[in-house]
Parts: sequence; structure tokens; C-alpha cells
Amino acid sequence: MRTHARRRAALAAVTAAACAVAAAVAVQLPDRSGRVPQHPDRTQPVAAAAPSAAAAQCTDPEASLRPSTVDGPAVQRIKARGRLVAGVDQNSYHWGYRDPATGELSGFDIDLVHAIAKDLLGDPDKVVFIAVTTSQRIPALEQGKVDIIARTMTINCERAAQVAFSTAYFGTGQQLLIPRKSPITGFDDSLAGRRVCAAKGSTAETQLKKNPHSASVLTVPNQLDCLVRLQLGQADAVLTDGALAAGQAAQDPSVGLVGKPFTTESYGVAMNLKDEDLVRRVNAVLEEFRRGGGDSPWMQAYRKWLAADLKGITAPPEPKYRD
Amino acid sequence: MSQPQQPAWREGATRLRAAATTEPGRLRIIGAALAAVLAVFGGVTAWQVSDRSAAADAVVAHSQPLSADAASIYRSLADADTTAASGFLTGGQEPKTTRDRYDQDIALASELLVKAAANTSGSDTERRQIATLNKQLPVYTGLVDTARANNRQGLPLGGAYLRYASERMRGELLPAASALYEAETGRLGSDYRDAKAWPWAALAAGIVALGALGWAQRRNYLRTNRVFNHGLLAATAATAVVLLWLVAGHTVARAELDNSDRHGAQSLQVLNEARISSLQARGDENLTLVSRGSVLDPATGDDLYEASFQKDMKRLFGNGDNSGGTGGTAPAPGSLLDRAGALADGAAGRDPVAKAVTDVGQWLRQHSAARTADVSGDYKGALQMVNGGKDSTGESFDRVDSELQQALSHEQAQFRHAADNGRGALTGLTAGAAVLALLAATGAVLGIGRRLSEYR
Repeated sequence: MRTHARRRAALAAVTAAACAVAAAVAVQLPDRSGRVPQHPDRTQPVAAAAPSAAAAQCTDPEASLRPSTVDGPAVQRIKARGRLVAGVDQNSYHWGYRDPATGELSGFDIDLVHAIAKDLLGDPDKVVFIAVTTSQRIPALEQGKVDIIARTMTINCERAAQVAFSTAYFGTGQQLLIPRKSPITGFDDSLAGRRVCAAKGSTAETQLKKNPHSASVLTVPNQLDCLVRLQLGQADAVLTDGALAAGQAAQDPSVGLVGKPFTTESYGVAMNLKDEDLVRRVNAVLEEFRRGGGDSPWMQAYRKWLAADLKGITAPPEPKYRD
Repeated sequence: MSQPQQPAWREGATRLRAAATTEPGRLRIIGAALAAVLAVFGGVTAWQVSDRSAAADAVVAHSQPLSADAASIYRSLADADTTAASGFLTGGQEPKTTRDRYDQDIALASELLVKAAANTSGSDTERRQIATLNKQLPVYTGLVDTARANNRQGLPLGGAYLRYASERMRGELLPAASALYEAETGRLGSDYRDAKAWPWAALAAGIVALGALGWAQRRNYLRTNRVFNHGLLAATAATAVVLLWLVAGHTVARAELDNSDRHGAQSLQVLNEARISSLQARGDENLTLVSRGSVLDPATGDDLYEASFQKDMKRLFGNGDNSGGTGGTAPAPGSLLDRAGALADGAAGRDPVAKAVTDVGQWLRQHSAARTADVSGDYKGALQMVNGGKDSTGESFDRVDSELQQALSHEQAQFRHAADNGRGALTGLTAGAAVLALLAATGAVLGIGRRLSEYR
């Protein structure tokens, strides 16, 4: 434990991004009991100061920690429990959704969770799936309700100050979804006076706050709830990631994407800031997931779930590391 | 008298004063006064009794059925919502039984709404709630149908529609149904009060009439030394009969109405609330699995539906946290099932409630096992324990529901019997009072007339 912590502290010292947070975590490590803390109050003094400092320093949030398969306290905790607790979505078509025919959770994110469980516990089905809404992803991690969040979560500086991200496993950008005959031309002033729907706590909501284009904003718990509002005429457009919007369009042929993606977003698996060993382990799983060219598990999952709606992707995004 | 410009009333008063100076004049005045007092007595009695009779009729024919119907409307709506959620949970093709149950619930709710709209005599509150329900019900069923269509195509959009539909149900339809139930039950209470109020004016008029008749007879005796005047005697007898009939009839009616209220209406209210609580608990149990932890209490971070389940159960059974949440064998004092047991009378009333108590205990144990499975990651196992047919919480719930239904039918019959008796006790009293008072007035006039004839 001691040497582990010291090594970590040394690593953290040379890490430019979020060094304050990492050092704090390293110092805290010996105290860990292996149990999931219900209230992360032990890091309170640092955590209170860290987000703004880290966000200010944050230049490349997509750079994660190098993969490693050494068992740390977080991995040991999961192994002792015998199950991986994963926060997922059950409303994002082809990403994480409950297949109404079978009642099973399925999708790209779900395949990824099964791969992580297989690596950690030797059985892809040793998973407790917890459905979390968009705005509950970070609180669920902070309160220790879940080990990982695999739920089309965009990596950005603001979030990287609160949770730890794996390397990026998918790249997308925000786009507007509208009924086919709508006069809206994109994320521009044609939105004036319209009602735009976005998931609460999503990057789309942040964009709308930054630049609402004189539109009124309607927020709902899950991005799919926006499609319900759009179909019922309670919203004129939906703002979400292109990858998710494609999933919505796949469920309703009378709506479509409009305008070019106007942001660049990468999805990552999110974990508690303190679970560094788990971050490295998940990155190792992702390395395996990407390996194998056209037949890699990543490409297989892509072809199975996403290719029909998100055409033209030939390879997974390249991982970036900061250490 | 010789001055024609005198006003009519003063002329009358003058004539009366003149008449009062002679015995025949006095007798004429006494006769008229007695007839008037008796007519007033008859009129007031008929009026007050018909008022109470109408209120008792309203209890039996309007307010109690409307209150029961409002409870049924609430129950059908809540059941439809629960059924839709469990149909969604079973996955794939919805079982026929689930679909039929949903359809029956919606059909019953619509039918009762039409009936309520036609029968509600009244207030704005009731009309407004009925209008809300009529407006929102088709919206709700439309959303559920869209959810189904999407489910059949294997689209998760179906789940989103179902969630939205359920939000409408819980946010708009059920509160309106609950307000309607409260309003109809409030009306039932006021009809009971109206029916049971003592007819003080009629009783007072009766006593005044008897007193006047007694005075007239005493005066007659003192003047003529004759003990009996047949006319006045008959009048006294008729008045006494009306007065006794009034007191006896009303006492019996009150007792029977009290009985119907205590053993019928109150039992029915408690049982209806118990049934609704169990239904809400069942709905929450299903939604816990549907939402899969995505709906949390913002304050505590606990699953909102599970918390709501525990609250419903506390109302129903008061399982008390001290028993480890697994349910004791007896309902806590003050809980709905405890009150229902206390209000129930006879074996036919107590048995179904006792069975429901046992089954709720069973349900709580099964629920806690299903929760344990769910929390430890065995979602499929939990689903099986909640919706899997044999030994599932669904089975226990169905048993509880049918036992409470049985208790409700029994209490409804009890209510009807007692309330009909109460209403029956006033039968004929209105007409009887009017006829007898008329006879008494005639008797008084004839009796006085006989005395008067002696002066001719």
C-alpha cells in the first residue's frame, strides 16, 4: 500500500493536468478501507478548491492514465464484491437501451461494460446495471453508487475536475434534430422563438445556456424524452450528440439531423477520481477492445449497433495519455 | 264600521275586538286559532320530514353511490397505470390478460365518469374534476397506445412514452380523481347530517298544538262542566299520534342511518382507501423495476418509487421499521387494514380483511426478497419475483385486491340494508302527518262548532 501510494504520488507530481487532485488522492490512499465511501468528505478541503484549479489547467481532458492491469484498491473492491456496478442508460437506442422484445439491456455501451466485467471478474454477466439519468451521472460516481459510468458521457474539462475519464472510445459532435418539414436550418438564428429540448445536465444544455439563439429551452431527464416531446409538438427541435440524435432518427423516420456537428465531443467511461487503478484497468480493456483492425471487438460492436445510423467510421479514436 | 274609508285591517281588528266581547265570538276565534296551530304543525312536520327523507334518499341513491363510484374511478385509473407498467416489464408481446385488464380498467373508468357527470348534482369542484378527467383520459390512453406501438417495433421510445403517460396519470388524472372522491365523500357526510338532524320546529309546533288543545278543553270544562268534547278529543288524539310517530320514526331512522354510516359508509371508505393504497404500492413496485434506479429522491438519493412503496405500505399495514421491513403478522394500530378490521362486523366482514392482512404480510416478505435480489444485481430474478406469476408479489397483490373487493361488497350490502331501513322508517310520515293534522284541525273546528251551536 505504502509503496503504491508513493509511486502514485511521484507519478502525480510529473502529471501536469489535475496534479493537485491526484496528489490529494495519493495521500488519501492509505486510509482506504476498500469500502465504497458514501460521502467523499475526506477529500472535501482539496475537492472544494480543485475543480476550478484543475479546470483552469485543463487543456486536454481526453488524455487519460496509461493502462495497467495491476490490482489497486478499487479493482480489489470490485473483485471482493464479485460484481461490477455500472451506471448506464436504458433510453439511448443502440447505445444503452432496454430491448422491449427481450427486456434485456443492449447496445454499444452495454457491450463495453460486459467486456470490462469479463476482464475484471472473468464473467461478462457479473454486472449490476443501474439506470442513471444524464444529470445523475456525476453524483452517482461521487456518492459511490456505481463503479463506472458507461453512458455516452462526453469528456470535458469541467467534468474531468469531478470524475476520472478513461481514454475516448467514440467521437461525435452536437447536432440538431428536427421534423423533416421544419424551417429550422441548424444551430443558428433560425431557432429564434422556437422551443429546443435537451437532457438536463448534458453538454447540449450547456451549449444552449451559452448561446440560446433566442430559443426557449425545455429540459428532460433523458435525451429520448425529447423525442417524445418533439412528436407531441411540445418541442420544435432536439439538441443532442449526433451519435444519440442518429439513434432518435432511427426510431422516427419523420425526423432528421440538420446542420453540421458544431462541437467535437468524445465519449469516455467515467469513474471516481480516487479509483486510479480502475481507470488504468479500463484503459487496458479499451486497448484490447480497439486492437485487431477491422475485426476488433470495437469494430464488431460498431457494426452491430451503430453502422446503420452512423456511417463511414473505419476505426476507433486513437487513445491519448498524459503520463 | 260606518266609516267606509277605514283600512281593511283596522276594520278587521275592530270587528275582532267586538267579537271578543261575546262568548260566541270568543269561541269562533279559539276555533280558528286551533285550526291554524294544527295546520302549522302538520305543514312544518310534513316539510321537515320530507327534507330528511330527501336527504336519506340522497345518501342511498346519490351521494354514497357517487362516492363509491369516485373511488372506483380512482382505482381503475391507478390499476390501468400499474397494468401498463407491468405489461411493459414482461417484454415483447404483451400478455393478453394484461391487455384485457388494462382495457377493462379504462372502460370502467369511462363508464363511471359518464355516470358521475350525469348524477353529480353539483358543485363546481366536482364538475371541474370530471371535466379534467374527461379531457385527460383520452390523452393518457393515446400515450399508452403510442408506447405499445413503439414497443412492438422494438424501440426504446416506447418506454419513454410509457414514462410520460405515467407522469400524466400521477400528475393530473389521479389527483383529479382523488379530489372528486373527496368532494363526493364530503357530500355524503353532509347528506348524512341533513338526514339525521332533529326536526325541532315540527316537535315544537306539535307541543304547542297539544298545549293549545289542552287549554281549549280545560276552558270548555270550566265553562260547561262537560268533561269531553268529542271533536277536541279527536284532534288531541290525532296530534299526539303525529307527534309520537314523528319522534319514533325519526329515532329509528337516525339509528339505522348511524348504523349504515358506521358499519357501511365508514367501512367502505376505509376499505376503498386500503385498496387504493395497495394498488399504489403495486404500481410503485413495478415502476421501481421499470425505472431501474433512474428516479431518485433529490434530497436523500434513494429510489423514489421504492420510498413511495414503503409509504403506501405504511398507510396500509404500518409494517413499521422495527420489524425489519419484512412485515409483522398484525397490522399496526391506526393503519388502514387495522381500522378496516375494527369496523368490519360479522364473520363475512372480518374474514376477507383477516386474509388480506396475511397476504399483505406475505407480499412484504416477497417484496423485500425481490429488492434484495435487485440490489445485488439479479435484475432478472427480481423481475421474476415481482411479475413471474407463481409466488410473485403480483400474485399476493392480486389476492389482497380480491379480498378487499370481497370485503367491499359485503360492506356495501350492509350499508344498503341499514340505509334502506333508515329511509323506510320515515316512509308515510310526510303524508300521514299532513292527513292527521288536517283531521285534527277538522276535529277541533267541529268540536268548537258544537259548542257554538248551543248559542243559536
